[in-house]
Formats: sequence, structure tokens, C-alpha cells
Amino acid sequence: MKLTLQRRQIIWAYIFLSVSLVFFVVIRWYPAILALGISFRDWNVFKGEGPWVGLANFQAIWEDLFKPRSSVRAAFLNTFKYVLLGVPLQLTLALGVALMLNQIRRLSGFFRAAYFVPFVTSFVAVAFVWNWLYAPQIGLINQILSALDLPTQPFLRSPKQALPSIAVVAVWRSLGFAVIIFLAGLQQIPEMYYEAAKIAGANRWQMFRHVTLPLLNPVIVYLAVLQTIQFLRMFDLVQNMSTDNAGGPLKSTTTVVLEVYKEGFSSYNMGYAAALTIILFLVIMVITLLQMRVLSRRIEY
Amino acid sequence: MSKSRIALFVALLIATLLVVVACASPTPTPEAKPSEPTEAPPQPTPTPESEAPPEPIEIEYWQYNFGARVDAMNKLIEMFEAENPDIKIIHNSDIPYDNYRDKIAASVPAGVGPDVATLFYGWQPAWIDAGYIVPLPEDQFPPDMVVKEFSPMVQASFFDGTLYTLPTAVRTLALFYNKDLMEAAGLDPEKPPATLKELEEQAVQCTKRNGDEFEVYGFIVNPAGQAHHWFREVLLRQYGQQPYSDDYRQVLWNASEGGYEAWNQFLKFETELETGRRDFESDPDGFLAGKVCFHIDGSFRLGTIAKKAPDLNFGVTELPEHNGVKSTFGSYWTHGITTKAAADPARLEAAIKFLKFITSPEAGRIWVDMVGELPAQLEAADDPDLLEDPKLGAFVAGLSYARSTFFVDESKDRQAIIDAYDAVVLNGADPAQELDIAVQTVQELLDKFWAEH
Repeated sequence: MKLTLQRRQIIWAYIFLSVSLVFFVVIRWYPAILALGISFRDWNVFKGEGPWVGLANFQAIWEDLFKPRSSVRAAFLNTFKYVLLGVPLQLTLALGVALMLNQIRRLSGFFRAAYFVPFVTSFVAVAFVWNWLYAPQIGLINQILSALDLPTQPFLRSPKQALPSIAVVAVWRSLGFAVIIFLAGLQQIPEMYYEAAKIAGANRWQMFRHVTLPLLNPVIVYLAVLQTIQFLRMFDLVQNMSTDNAGGPLKSTTTVVLEVYKEGFSSYNMGYAAALTIILFLVIMVITLLQMRVLSRRIEY
Repeated sequence: MSKSRIALFVALLIATLLVVVACASPTPTPEAKPSEPTEAPPQPTPTPESEAPPEPIEIEYWQYNFGARVDAMNKLIEMFEAENPDIKIIHNSDIPYDNYRDKIAASVPAGVGPDVATLFYGWQPAWIDAGYIVPLPEDQFPPDMVVKEFSPMVQASFFDGTLYTLPTAVRTLALFYNKDLMEAAGLDPEKPPATLKELEEQAVQCTKRNGDEFEVYGFIVNPAGQAHHWFREVLLRQYGQQPYSDDYRQVLWNASEGGYEAWNQFLKFETELETGRRDFESDPDGFLAGKVCFHIDGSFRLGTIAKKAPDLNFGVTELPEHNGVKSTFGSYWTHGITTKAAADPARLEAAIKFLKFITSPEAGRIWVDMVGELPAQLEAADDPDLLEDPKLGAFVAGLSYARSTFFVDESKDRQAIIDAYDAVVLNGADPAQELDIAVQTVQELLDKFWAEH
């Protein structure tokens, strides 16, 4: 059978796609499915495959949630705090920056790059630089504070300030990404809507409120979903910004993923760690579906 | 986004989950298998070599990759093979530290791993549990001999009274002191603190503050560093309270007034004497930077200092004593014989010979020269040259009274102490109550561990 050019192209497309599909199946899905299996077992790294224990791991997590000083409870609460603090801050700041960047013509390329640079920087490097900025005596922030005769702050050493301090870094780090997406969204909005609004006598706020915001809705939904997932999976910054007491002080910065890591790789309770992962997966799925429902309603109008 | 697509996505997801769960459940039969080979010694590895005696027997030795250890072991193997021409040792040291345990976990049950392997003493319960290593035969390694000839910390290698492993070398904790800072504070740098009281006095005198800022830190207690060991194995014992019951089933940190006193002593430097605060990124940084007068650390830190702060003018002395009690925390890498070796009498015999050789005082002497770790054998450690060594001497002196902790989960045990310390120091919680909570947390770990054994 003779293949037409178009057909051959399609076949090649599938061949190339299958390469990445293999990657996804082998590197992403297969381990994820295995993790589900492990969550129903009493699995110790050393012993290898352990006995089937049904829901015992999930039950253990449930019981741990109500113990005094529970790491798991702290992890879930903190994770939600990161989301509630980080996502709104991230979106508001990014929208503000994007609106301003959209106005300027001069040096706009430079500014965009400047905002985007942190996003391409390694999380670990970011964490270490901020560690030093936050450091108690020698840190830049505290040096500025004491130069201004303001009281110095413990930041990462304080159970109260540590979580917001880390959340701010997470926001800063992926601000550039959100800005770029917002910019793309802003440039999609046809100029004629604004002209029409102007003719109708709308002021700047009204234009923003009734033209920009509704038309940006798909972008906002996309970013809200994506950033929520990011914050729910918070790990590297916390691990690297609370160096010899990961998740501390006093469990005030720990996250679900960090607990997964600790349970799995320093206590070797793979079953428990896998069960936590499954719960986090379900939480992420439910929140994402809810967000898509609630937030995307308005596009249809 | 359309609703039908979301619905389709959810449906697919649920379907996948169901398939997975369904697939996973009928497998409980094969899961029992990996542990079986360990219980059934006769492995199908009969070598035809037994018919030809002149052929040397080959056994494998594994350790993780660490330059100096590899060189030292190569030298020991060379000497051993010269003495035992009928045994050949294959030395596998290519595995990075991070993968070492995984490799062991994958190979030993398959019967292809090491005959003799090196492991951290804290891993012993897990390795014994998993059936990787076998008890050392009592006729070859009499427990009395081990108790008498090895540093007391090696008792951590007895599991329910049975000896499983033996080390070549061990490490202990001691007190590092910065001579320049001591001198600047008007202290005699040749007379570092010998008792807790002196440590308190000298640390206070050495501390230099400018308002809320520290210019010089006298002494920082960092439970996330080595200090949690100092509390468990040193302070508690000095206040007359052993840290755990002899069978390691009970946490005794708060079992007596002495326990609470030790805890208060631990907290006192930061809360009351204000000789320091945990301002540095990680525990040794402040001492390396020349900002801290006194610092508790292990012999392994000497290498770090030589590399990163070669000009630091410092000395090392034994940990301060109290109530006439000296104590220090010891830890070690140790060697065990695997089930693979135990499956074949000829290999087992070779493995025993090899293990005896690498745990001899002679091996310990070579090890301290090449690696810088202390000999585990008291005879080798009793070397006047070593005791006189200005840096190693204090660590060596600690060998005769060093203790190792039997950890069921070191990171959680440590975390309990860190959290209790933080709750008091950062949140002003009641010290006694926090100690009780830490004890309860660790007791739960022990209960869980023993319930499964």
C-alpha cells in the first residue's frame, strides 16, 4: 500500500509522540500505580515487598492526625496555609506586575526577563540565597533592619514567621511565570473592547473590572489551578530552608510531601509514605476539580 | 472547560484506580517469597570447585565509596590475602553512599551480593530484621572476648544478647575549643573546661555580646547537631539517669529527678546563661568561622576543619565530666556476615577469617592512620602515641567510656529532642512538660518496634 505524504507525516508524528508516551508510562505512571499498591502494604525498604495490610496505613494516618504534636496534622494544616497565603498573593502580584509591564514600551524585554529569571533558577540555589538573606545576625534583611534601628527578626528561626517567610520565597520564585502567562492573556484581549468601553464613558477601574478581568478569566483559572497544585506539592524550599531541622522549627513549616519524604526515606515506612501520597493525590484532584467548576463558570457568558 | 470532559476524565481515573486495586490485591502470595530464601540456607550455589582444593575460594566484600576507607580496606585485603593464599577477596566499593542500602536490598535476597558487608551500627536492627546478616558464631567470636577487648560502645552490636557484627574503627564526641577566642576573653587556652561547671563559667566569660547581637558565642547547644547525643548518652548519665532500660524497651529520660536536671542543664546555656543561640545554618559553621569558643563534635569533624578552616587555632579535649562521671557518645561502621556466606560452609569459613582479620588491633592501627577513625579494639586504642596526639587524643581517651545508643528510628528520636528544646526556647513552654512529651513520643516508637519483634 502506498502511503500518502500526509499519512506518512501522521505516522511519524505518532512515532515521535510514542517516545514521550513511553517516558510518561515508565517514569511517571508506572511508579505512581506501584505507589498505590505499596500504600496497601506494610512495606519496609529493606524487606522489600511486604504483606498486604489493606487500609491499615490509611488508618494509621487517620489516628496520627489526632495525636498531640502530630507531624501529619501539622503537615496538612501547613500545606493549606501555604496555598491560602501563596496563591492569592501570587495571582494579585503577578496581575499587577503584568498590567504594568503591559503599559511600558521601553525596556519591556529587560523587565520581563528580570521577572522571569528566578523561575529558571534552581530551587535549591534560591533556598540557600534566601537562607542567607534571612539569617539572624549576618543576614542582609536583618542588617538593613538594624541599620534603620528597627528590631531584628528571627524569620526562619521562629515558629510563627518561618512559614510566611518561606511562602514569600515561593511566590517570588514563580512570580515571573505567572506574569508571563498574564501578559499573554492581556495581549489576547482585543483593543476594540477598550475603545467601546471608552466611548461608553467607562473609567479605568470600570474597564479593568468589566473588560480585563472577565476576559482574563481563563488565564486566572489556569494559573489558580496550576499554582494551587504547586503549593500543595511544596517540598524543596522547605527542605532546604530548614536545613538541619527539616519542617521546623516545631513542625511549623513541614508539608505533606516533606512528611512523605521523611517517612519513606528516613524512617523507611514506605507503605505509610505511599498512603500519604495517595491522600495528597486525592486532595489535589478534589481541589482542582472544585476550582475548575467554581472559577470557570463565568467564561461562558 | 466542558462538564462532559471533566466527567470523562474522572470516570477514566476511577476506572484506572479500580483496575490497579484489583490487580494489586491478588498478589499476596508472591509477597512472602522474598523473605523465604533467607530462612532456607541451602542456596543452589554448589560450586564444582570443592573437588579441586588448590583453587582459591572467592568471597565478596562490600562497602560504600569513600576514598580513604577504600584505600585502607585495599591495604588490609592485600595483607589478608598474603596470609591466606587460599582466599581471594573481591572488594566492591563502587556504590555511592546514597544507593548503598538499595543495592544491598536488591542483591542480598537474590543471593548475589556481598559475603561480608559494612553497615552503620544504626542499621543493624533493619538488616537483622530483613535477614541480610547472620549471628557471628560464638566459638569464633566469644561474647566475653568482645566485651573485654572492644570499646564498650560495640555492645550496640548485640541484638537480644547475640552478636551480629564487629567494627574495625569507631568515632566518639569531644569538646573542641578555639584557643584565640579563649585568650581574647582572658582564659588560659591550655586549660579548657574539664567539668560542666567550668564549661558554664568559661562559656559565659568567652561570650561577647553587643546588645542583642553576639560578637562571640561562648557555647551553642544545637540539638539538631551532635548535642542530642550529648543529652542522651552524656548529660543524663552524669546526672545519674541511664537513658533507656537495659533491654531498650523503656525511655527513661524523665524517670528520675536527675533526668529533669540533665534536661535543665541542656537548656540552661541558651535560656539562662545566654552563651549562644542557633544563628548558624548548620551546627559546625560557627566554630569553623571562628565565632564560637566551645563546640561539641565528632572526630570526623577534624577532616572538615583541616579542609575548610586550616588556620583555625583550636584544641580538642574530652567532654566535660560531672559528678565524677565521664561519658561520650560513640558511633561506628561495622561489618557483618551475610546470609549468602552462611549458605556455604567454605565461604562462611573464609568470611569468618576475613572478619577476624579486619577487626584485629593491627587493622585498627592501620585504619586510624589512613582514615582517621579510632581503633575499635582497646588494645590498639591504648597506644601512647595516639593518646598523646593533640587532636585525636581526646577522642581516643573517650573510647573506654563511650556509649552508643540503640536507635529504632534515629531521625524521629532526634526530632523529639529538637522539638522539646524548641518548644522551651522559642515558645517558652514548661521544660519538664516538654521532656515528658518527648519521652512519650520516643516511647511510642519503641513500643511499635518491639510489638513487631
